[in-house]
Amino acid sequence: MKICGRVWKLEKDGKLIDDIDTDMIYHNKYLHITDKKEMGKYAFSNLQGWEDFPKKAKKGDIIFAGENFGCGSSRQQAVDCFIQLGINAIVAKSFGAIYRRNAINSGLVVIECKDIDRVDIKNGEEIEIDLIKGEIIKNGKILIKATPMSAIQYAIYKAGNLFEYAKSIQ
Amino acid sequence: MPTIIEKIFQNHTGDRVEVGETIWLEIDLRTARDFAGANVVKNLIENYGGNYVNNASKTFFTFDCNAPANTIEYATNHQICRKFARENGIKIYDVDSGIGSHVVIEEGLAYPGVTAVSTDSHFNLLGAVGAFGQGMGDVDIAFAFKTGKIWFEVPPTIKVNFLGMPSDAWSAKDLALLCVKELKRVALGKAIEFYGDIIDSLSLDGRITLSSMVTEMGGIAGFITPDKRIISFCEKNSGKKIKPVYADDANYEKEIDIDVSTLEPMVALPPSPSNVRRVRDVGDVKIDSVFIGSCTNGRMDDMLSAWKIIKGKKISEDVKMKIVPATRRIWKEMLDKGLIKDFFEAGAIVSHACCAGCASGQIGMTGIDENQASTSNRNFKGKQGAGNTYLVSPATAAASALSGYITGGDEI
Repeated sequence: MKICGRVWKLEKDGKLIDDIDTDMIYHNKYLHITDKKEMGKYAFSNLQGWEDFPKKAKKGDIIFAGENFGCGSSRQQAVDCFIQLGINAIVAKSFGAIYRRNAINSGLVVIECKDIDRVDIKNGEEIEIDLIKGEIIKNGKILIKATPMSAIQYAIYKAGNLFEYAKSIQ
Repeated sequence: MPTIIEKIFQNHTGDRVEVGETIWLEIDLRTARDFAGANVVKNLIENYGGNYVNNASKTFFTFDCNAPANTIEYATNHQICRKFARENGIKIYDVDSGIGSHVVIEEGLAYPGVTAVSTDSHFNLLGAVGAFGQGMGDVDIAFAFKTGKIWFEVPPTIKVNFLGMPSDAWSAKDLALLCVKELKRVALGKAIEFYGDIIDSLSLDGRITLSSMVTEMGGIAGFITPDKRIISFCEKNSGKKIKPVYADDANYEKEIDIDVSTLEPMVALPPSPSNVRRVRDVGDVKIDSVFIGSCTNGRMDDMLSAWKIIKGKKISEDVKMKIVPATRRIWKEMLDKGLIKDFFEAGAIVSHACCAGCASGQIGMTGIDENQASTSNRNFKGKQGAGNTYLVSPATAAASALSGYITGGDEI
């Protein structure tokens, strides 16, 4: 199964940013919000240089980041804000463990790709991601291998979220 | 042979426990707290028509972050949790109780071998008593409330051997900071087991300090094998006979030796917990405020350590010092032993038990350009206000409050 979208590289000085924490993604001053529809506009509002991301992002976009994306808090809002913006996937060198499972449970695609900074992809270019094979593709050509989705990740993604997946196996 | 996490998992699943495998894990203890608690309730109501809780006696709410509420939004979220709890027969540890991860240890709900999940990312500090704790988002926790289970990918375990014993002043926080520095990237997504003479010497409070910062090491959970003192403490609080879980001759992904023979007061400079230096190497850093508390350093040992330095002295007039015990029980002990009076006379503020500044709570926020020496676990930009957070031990925080500069606890 493939998804496609336009790439946003979260870069600083030409390098993908490491350790983007959950307070940069979704700041703790908005934690009282429970209405998911309200969350998209605060995505990256505490990440220097990316505060206007919600205005620039379009449905289907794909985010690239460095190591340990989503480290820190267990807040689901740091996932839900991207779902509200219609972000298709996040590709990072690695993810914070809690962030990764929160994303999987909410049906947001997260793909680990150790060498993502070495491939020839420019901001704004369209790519495809093969979720099963773990391939990142541009103009029909495989650029690099990423870690394929795990079986449970794919199953939850197909069902929509953890709740729907659980109903399907009962 | 299995590691500690593998043994605990095998005791809680019918699935085959092997590194990388996804298993369904039975969860002994499920809690939600004020931040995300209302979202958990919302998820349950949206996805299930009634019958929301698999086992009410294993399910709890705690109010840690914004307690008592200082905004209408938080007060409303608290009330959503209270109402849901009453309707479903769930016990609440309300706004006077303290930090949930500590309350469940004190109340005897978390003890060696237990599996526990919460909306608190520092719930893995339960590794301090040899339990498996895990912080998760509201989807996971709602699912755990409803089913009593979660999915989990069995992580590899790394073994950390601390070599040597420091002779000079050191604290569990200095050890934790050194460990965050050494294990950055190495521990990401893994379980950790800690061993060494320095571990054997740690009290429960010191073990909590180290385990609480496993989240900042990127680890899933950090286990410390319970010793007699811990087992006896947990047996007393839980009223249960406890059989701890040990790893014997286990298969580790990696073993790492960290020399601690020269451990001394450490500081993590903003904006990353792994940005760790020796205090004596950072030069003069003027501070405006000090915060002692959080799930990392809000226990009695931490309060005593700061008190020994502060007692009978006055803090710098340029510094505001904020002290927040982790739980109501610790608050009472501070009251009974006279610490609160001495802190008051030194010029400090002592607040009620809670997480304080870590999640835009009440005590511990910084203003723009404000420098704060803090005993909490994270110094990310914006985490504790708009200023700069320097992570230190309670002793270093107290010494810094007296001098007005980042000062090692050994220098006073």
